[in-house]
Amino acid sequence: MEIDLQHVVKLARIDLTPDEEARIRPQVEEILKYVEKLGELDVSDVEPTAHAVPLTNVMREDEIQPSLSHDDAMRNAPKKSNGLFVVPKIVE
Amino acid sequence: MPHTLTIHELTTQLAARQLTAREATQACLDRITAVDENLNAFISHDAQDALAQAAAADAAIANGASHDEQPLLGVPIAIKDVIAVKNQPLTCGSKILGDFISPYEATVIGKLRDAGATIFGRLNMDEFAMGSSTENSAFGPARNPWDQERISGGSSGGSAVAVAVDECIAALGSDTGGSIRQPAAHCGCVGLKPTYGRVSRFGLVAYASSLDQIGTLTKDTRDAATMLNVISGHDPRDSTSIQRDVPDYASGFGENLKGLKIGLPREYQAAGLDPEVRDSVDAAIKQLGELGAEVREISLPHTEYAVATYYIIATAEASANLARFEGVRYGARVEGSDPESMNRATRGAGFGEEVKRRIILGTYVLSSGYYDAYYLRAQKVRTLIREDFLKAFEEVDIIASPTSPTAAFKIGEKAGDPLQMYLSDIYTISANLASICGISVPCGFTSGNLPIGLQLLGRPFGEGKILQAAHTYEQATDWHTKRPTIN
Amino acid sequence: MEYETVIGLETHVQLKTRSKMWCGCANEYGVDPNSNVCPVCLGFPGSLPVPNAEALRLTALTGFLLNCEVPGLAKFDRKNYFYPDSSKNYQITQLDLPSTRKGLVEFELGDKMAQVRITRAHLEEDVGKSTHFADYSGVDFNRAGVPLLEIVSEPEITSADMAYEYLNALKSILEYGGVSDCDMEKGQVRCDVNVSVRPVGQSELGEKIEIKNMNSFSGARRALQYEIPRQIGVLRAGGSLRQETRRWDDVAGITDSMRTKEDAHDYRYFPCPDLMPHTPSEEWHAEVRACVVELPLARKQRFMSDYGLPATDAEVFMNDTALGDYFEKAAKGTKNFKAVANWVMNNLQAKLVESCVSVSNIKFSASAIGELVGFVEGGKISSNIAQDVFGEMFESGKSPADIVAEKGLLQVSDTSELEAFCREAIEANPGPEEDYRNGKEAVLNFLKGQVMKASRGKANPQLVGDLLKKILSS
Repeated sequence: MEIDLQHVVKLARIDLTPDEEARIRPQVEEILKYVEKLGELDVSDVEPTAHAVPLTNVMREDEIQPSLSHDDAMRNAPKKSNGLFVVPKIVE
Repeated sequence: MPHTLTIHELTTQLAARQLTAREATQACLDRITAVDENLNAFISHDAQDALAQAAAADAAIANGASHDEQPLLGVPIAIKDVIAVKNQPLTCGSKILGDFISPYEATVIGKLRDAGATIFGRLNMDEFAMGSSTENSAFGPARNPWDQERISGGSSGGSAVAVAVDECIAALGSDTGGSIRQPAAHCGCVGLKPTYGRVSRFGLVAYASSLDQIGTLTKDTRDAATMLNVISGHDPRDSTSIQRDVPDYASGFGENLKGLKIGLPREYQAAGLDPEVRDSVDAAIKQLGELGAEVREISLPHTEYAVATYYIIATAEASANLARFEGVRYGARVEGSDPESMNRATRGAGFGEEVKRRIILGTYVLSSGYYDAYYLRAQKVRTLIREDFLKAFEEVDIIASPTSPTAAFKIGEKAGDPLQMYLSDIYTISANLASICGISVPCGFTSGNLPIGLQLLGRPFGEGKILQAAHTYEQATDWHTKRPTIN
Repeated sequence: MEYETVIGLETHVQLKTRSKMWCGCANEYGVDPNSNVCPVCLGFPGSLPVPNAEALRLTALTGFLLNCEVPGLAKFDRKNYFYPDSSKNYQITQLDLPSTRKGLVEFELGDKMAQVRITRAHLEEDVGKSTHFADYSGVDFNRAGVPLLEIVSEPEITSADMAYEYLNALKSILEYGGVSDCDMEKGQVRCDVNVSVRPVGQSELGEKIEIKNMNSFSGARRALQYEIPRQIGVLRAGGSLRQETRRWDDVAGITDSMRTKEDAHDYRYFPCPDLMPHTPSEEWHAEVRACVVELPLARKQRFMSDYGLPATDAEVFMNDTALGDYFEKAAKGTKNFKAVANWVMNNLQAKLVESCVSVSNIKFSASAIGELVGFVEGGKISSNIAQDVFGEMFESGKSPADIVAEKGLLQVSDTSELEAFCREAIEANPGPEEDYRNGKEAVLNFLKGQVMKASRGKANPQLVGDLLKKILSS
């Protein structure tokens, strides 16, 4: 089966070199073909496991907790200026 | 030699003032210096900081601090580089985080600190926990100490190696599809994956949110119980953590196994199971029978669908969890003319091939038109797999199997065939899908002197029982005393 | 050919909570950039979300205020897309099981009542704020993680004016319920408009065009007032429209096509595995429902019908809940509601503002104004004197009766006493008397003023006027 790898790569925002693409494409296609074996099962009456634990109504009180210091928040920023995280210009 | 001690031996000696925490930590650091260049269990470690913590532990002990209240006081414990420790690097085995220093730490680290542990070292791992060999680390593979041409297992390879060669007294790892149990089996130590929700995930860099758990790599089962006692418990910062009392997980130790029912899944007698592994595990199960357990065959009918189910769910969740690594707020940014090209270049340069493969797979199975056929279907099959286990646990208390179909293979042997690699997770993967607990303990060696692991799986929150069975077996054998000779 | 308009509005409202949706950082506007942030709202590796109970409560409250169904099961989903202001590059939102759905907003449109159905109001998180500079953009994550309610209307708004009134009604209800302060300048309310046009009678909808970047409700109205004719114009000229996003430029007064995004977003929604479903109990629902206040429109209508107040007065009491509540207390046991309303809206309001006192700290008792109104109606004191009495009531908290008694302010209505005053005033001022006899009525007021002065304001002005006329005419 053929997948639109360029489309997926764009959604996932990951650049692939031509070598990587040449290697990854058939591997992904092989894996997708393998997982199709799930189609053998009749799951029409089965509920999906949406959550790994049977918990509900987990929440916290609306209380302010200490934030990071500004320095700690920015410490790992690749680029910053005037307290902001700097990114290439966003054009809308 | 202090670094060869277990937690219980070390704390006994510390409490009796026969040894200092500083001596124990220094011994581990010396061991790292001696062997780690080849074994590559550690991505980094801060010797000064470790010794400072040890000194503080010694001062506390001198002041009367007791191991009754702080069961890990003075014990050097190393951490898989996927768990945040404040002011320490966090690489997740990847280049993409650059020289990220974490400004906060995981809840489990706080618990280790409260218990007095000396927390040090960033242990090698498959990048973002994606892998079964630690060959996917951006920092080179960790090598199996029993044969350095072979894999350590993964993704917590560094953790298993470090414990196996006494570079630390115990280690934390993470397990999403077997990443603690399998390297433990390959390296000859004890690997415990708690039930999902038993241990907080706050501070564990997420790979697959509904499958990940932090667990332990230790030299024996008593240490595993001690560590589990410390790291377990509800965390208000983790919405998936369970409110449930933490018992003393060693409380069943010493009791005999009479009445314990052990199930052997018939579907696990599959092709690909190495005969030496099979023989070793069979012998171990026979021994469990002699120790009082009743062994019977059970069925886990949906076993053959587990790998497919896992690789849809895990990769889908991972594709979202790893979207945050794009160079805006942290990490090794590669510049671009606009945010999209910056993101693409950063992720293209920073992620290794296995991570890219899984993100692509995960993105695809969630993408428009495919959700029902892949992700939704996989979640339904997951329900069937869990029901298999819950039904089995109505008949038996524990399910036993080999941890891995083979012992450690050679580095590079499976590199070109990801699907083959995935299929070797067959025995461990279901436990994560079913949200149950599991432990791997050493049960023998191959003729090539490679460790073999016995896996015991327990029902949700049944850690006490699997630890008890593992402990009884362990104490009736001497596998756990074997150490590799390092040249 | 006549065209009709189909408009749907998506309104994003920041909830009035102390802390953010998934973490304990303060929900606060206007502080230094990246100062209310933590590993959770910054999307640091290893962080996890925990829902804010108050946000869940306010969401359910909004559901009740908007006449929605508030189902017994709701969950959170991940909406996956990359953007620099998104700290995780997925937004936690609600897809198929939102906290509320299928509601209704009623409001006045001109002199009629209109209604717009609400498709859903779901809970999600806000993203950071980007600022654009010459050759880079900067992101502040203080806003990231603030709880956001997305209120989606059915596409049954048919004009710019209707959109405007709908938005105002929504804002009014939400402010009223304490759900949000709805301050657009602080970004607490944002709206996106979806508008299409089609020939009257056609059942198929026209191409839906989304308009972004309106910073006020009147801006949204202006944008629609421009866009609707623009679309019709294109179609009339034989052109065609395509689905797109346009940006409103309030200065130039036009919409502009935004750089077309290559393909429609594929958000790859899936249930968020880090968050557990919300299954509110009947008790929890009942507690929230108990907070449902009277809706603004209903209140206004009630003030008009129960108290016979004109619309303008009812609106004052609709908009100022505290003052309106006070009016109702003051009006109890009285009959002249209008008079009481006037005192409350004019004199009381003025005094409260001037002395910075709040309605809950008024010194005089609730029945005092009613008493005062009774005095004036019964002729006990003049309305001028009543002003003074009111002032004293406000300062001291004493009752009107006590003040009038203490200060001897009872109006003089005794005819013989008044006649005496009048004659004195006339004698003291011969000129005016002459003028009056010569037809100048206005001098009456002068004389009246003299009598009022002499009586220190206590003379009944009505009677004085009558008496003076009588005396001068004789």
